[in-house]
Amino acid sequence: MYEFDYHKAASVDDALKSLSSADDGKLLAGGMTLLPTMKQRLASPDVLVDLAGIADIKGISKAGDQIVIGAMTTHAEVNLSALVQSEIPALAELAGLIGDPQVRNRGTIGGSVANADPSADYPAALVGLNATVTTNSRSIAADEFFVDLFETALEEEEIIISVSFPLAKRAAYMKFPNPASRYAVVGTFVAELADGSIRLAVTGAGGSVFRQADMEAALAKNFAASAIEGIAVDADDLNEDIHASAEYRAHLVGVMARRAVASIA
Amino acid sequence: MSQNQTKNVELKINGKAVSDSVEPRMLLVDFLREKQRLTGTHVGCDTSQCGACVVHVDGKPVKSCTALVVQLDGADITTIEGLAADKENLHPMQEAFRQNHGLQCGFCTPGMVMSALGLIDQNPNPTEAEIREWLEGNICRCTGYHNIVKSIQAAATTMAKADS
Repeated sequence: MYEFDYHKAASVDDALKSLSSADDGKLLAGGMTLLPTMKQRLASPDVLVDLAGIADIKGISKAGDQIVIGAMTTHAEVNLSALVQSEIPALAELAGLIGDPQVRNRGTIGGSVANADPSADYPAALVGLNATVTTNSRSIAADEFFVDLFETALEEEEIIISVSFPLAKRAAYMKFPNPASRYAVVGTFVAELADGSIRLAVTGAGGSVFRQADMEAALAKNFAASAIEGIAVDADDLNEDIHASAEYRAHLVGVMARRAVASIA
Repeated sequence: MSQNQTKNVELKINGKAVSDSVEPRMLLVDFLREKQRLTGTHVGCDTSQCGACVVHVDGKPVKSCTALVVQLDGADITTIEGLAADKENLHPMQEAFRQNHGLQCGFCTPGMVMSALGLIDQNPNPTEAEIREWLEGNICRCTGYHNIVKSIQAAATTMAKADS
């Protein structure tokens, strides 16, 4: 790891201030992706601004018909939260499938979402549940938040404060994990929202999380695994690596979507 | 940016107060091994996959190869050296690994033991499936995991009895 300066921010304003005074500063949340990247010298920020000391961007609460999760809340906290387990069980389960127990004790929702790894689990939940990302300056709908491979709508100096998930009538997440890393080779999050609309978000398969519109339309007419049985997923533009070809990922989108639907139909 | 910036940190390690001045880039595992000479915590893969470096930070298992000491200023840290009361009295989890042949070369063992204690803390009576799932972040190249799982089951029973 190259050397760098470290600042533990006392508040969001303090973090923004140190970020803007750095040449190439980076925000540090749980560090589960950033630190390994720095160890490999793929990133060499001159300053790390640690958000762990900011108490008001941590924790889980219910506000009206939304579950609000502070950016610095760990995956383990979401997984074990009685509130999330009772209000959006699929979200609690998803958090428990990220990485391994040790990673879940450090990794945070804000860090995961900001990093926008194409194989991360949380993006599927955000898009599947029509969540909203709140930053220090604005609110961003999940559909607009994830732009492309490791790219989000966040500006250079913008900090995620929380993510708000509207309560859904029913929801489920199903993933085919890479057996070594536990990242999603393909993960599908299906939900029937409070207004009855259906969302089906797919992670791991493309450069960024996306919605499978043809399956959503079929499920809106008939919420059953059989309703999407015949829908073929186009392999063009899907990810291809040593773990899975684009065609295999396209196939898995259908399999995981049907399993997710079947588990709550 | 100042070159070779160092930061003062105060930690509690195995019940003992420790203060030191460290470079921000110093990893917790290097601090424990090189500055504290607590070499029971191992570096296996150094990429947060193998779990040989697991220690407890404020009671929760984490991978010490993927945490900076400066992030943990003020934290309470327990390493494998902090478990046994003395040389004659192993912690029930350590004793269970010994009795059940839960180790061969022993390299992964400190991480396995610290990880297992994190499970028992959260789930005092885990099923075999829950133990195997929990060990996702710990890799052993010798045992095939069978006796590790047996050890953790045995320790859970002993620890539950001791608590009641």
